[in-house]
Amino acid sequence: MKEYAYYPGCSLKAGSKHYEESLLPVFKAIGVPMKELDDWNCCGATAYFSVDESMAEAICGRNLSIAEQDGRDIIAPCAGCYLTMKKSNAFLGSSHAKAKKILTELKNAGCEYKGTVDVIHPVQLFTDDVGLDAIKAKVTNPLKGLKVASYYGCQLVRPYTDFDDPDYPTSMDALMEAMGAEAVDYPVKARCCGGSLAGVLDDVATGLNRVLLREAKRNGADVIVTLCPLCQFNLEMNQNKIIKKYKEDIKLPILYFTQLMGLALGIAREDLGFSRSVISLDTMWAKLSNGGAK
Amino acid sequence: MEIHRKIIFEGELDKNFLSEIKAKSYSEEINRCIQCGTCSSSCPMAEYMDYSPRKIIAMVKHGFKDDVLKSFTPWLCASCYSCQVRCPSQIKITDVMYCLRREAVEAGAYPSKMPVPALAQEMHKLIAKNGRNSELWLVVKMYLRLKDFIGPLKMAGTGIDLMRTGRLSLKMEKIKNTKQLHTLLKAVSEEAK
Ligand code: SF4
Ligand code: SF4
Repeated sequence: MKEYAYYPGCSLKAGSKHYEESLLPVFKAIGVPMKELDDWNCCGATAYFSVDESMAEAICGRNLSIAEQDGRDIIAPCAGCYLTMKKSNAFLGSSHAKAKKILTELKNAGCEYKGTVDVIHPVQLFTDDVGLDAIKAKVTNPLKGLKVASYYGCQLVRPYTDFDDPDYPTSMDALMEAMGAEAVDYPVKARCCGGSLAGVLDDVATGLNRVLLREAKRNGADVIVTLCPLCQFNLEMNQNKIIKKYKEDIKLPILYFTQLMGLALGIAREDLGFSRSVISLDTMWAKLSNGGAK
Repeated sequence: MEIHRKIIFEGELDKNFLSEIKAKSYSEEINRCIQCGTCSSSCPMAEYMDYSPRKIIAMVKHGFKDDVLKSFTPWLCASCYSCQVRCPSQIKITDVMYCLRREAVEAGAYPSKMPVPALAQEMHKLIAKNGRNSELWLVVKMYLRLKDFIGPLKMAGTGIDLMRTGRLSLKMEKIKNTKQLHTLLKAVSEEAK
């Protein structure tokens, strides 16, 4: 398989280290070669598009250019980075006069971009390119007895809906089933967690995340898996506030889907960043019939 | 008691607002809004907004420039794209919201006491300088800008949890080739003028 450029973005190097810590060994176990994009810059996220559009497109263009020089496609595990770079990629390839100007300035600054790079999310790669059967064949420690709610949030499935459904996606559920877990029905799986707004507006944080947690619990989930650092953060860090405000038992472990994949693929528990969970994982370990191989 | 006029006369509306926003948000479709309300009913943030997405689109269409640029609504958009994928007229509502934020910043009309625009602008500065965002520093800078000293206290619990699990980094992140980044950003911002 060809080598990909890994774009961690700021979160996977800071608050969501455990996403990186589990993603890298999973790629290795599946046999997809990947190397970190050299001297990558932040994608700018939603904030940059709120202040200056040309600059937002230009900084993404720089990342795309670095990947292009190496002839590699980008793997972006953060849904925010994924969408931002996909959006810029489409814009820079469009016929807008502004796109042409930005391409010229990229070239002048020594980072020409011709438009050949694809931006891919790991869930998409595993589903469409590697294939579930190939991954399933590598499972040595199936997650028997574990009920998983897959939470997709927004920016992986909208507005670029080319690989899954925008309202009721199923790719991550299928991935969890291939790992031997039981995927519980979770109708709110693509509803918004509030994104960066939840970090600064308390009502938003508790209001939106309460629904997401309550529904997972109601449908019998032992754990929620996420594919985005902001979703993971919001679902995990707001639990105490929600319990205090609404007096509801919504406590649930919030993990990255790659952490559970790693377990199923036989990677040692301590190499998958489980110790970074703020919520106790004891109930989850107890549910796994084989204790989740130590 | 202060009294305010509640009616806007037609002569006070900005006739060019619609065409400006259409061009700057790349959404020529705004005219085609049929006021069906699909956007507002899909919007997880509508309950917190001062004008719902449907109303904002109507106000853009009819030139309520001042009210739109002062509104909290664009800053309360979580970029979830639910409205955008469902709009029967294919209006790129999320992109319009972004565009309205930029216009509000440029006009200096944005709600300056609100954390969201403060966060966006501080993040913009941090990335333009270093090429990377540093989560902790961004939050610190945002609260300094807002002169809010209670906010950080409320976040203390989260901070402790992050520290305990080794997820709080004090480092100011930076790319190697900041020179290239600065050249690029200077060139595109001059180009845009
Ligand atoms: S969904 Fe589209 S057409 Fe319907 S009110 Fe909203 S913007 Fe207008
Ligand atoms: S993209 Fe913004 S306006 Fe549209 S539904 Fe989501 S939060 Fe509401």
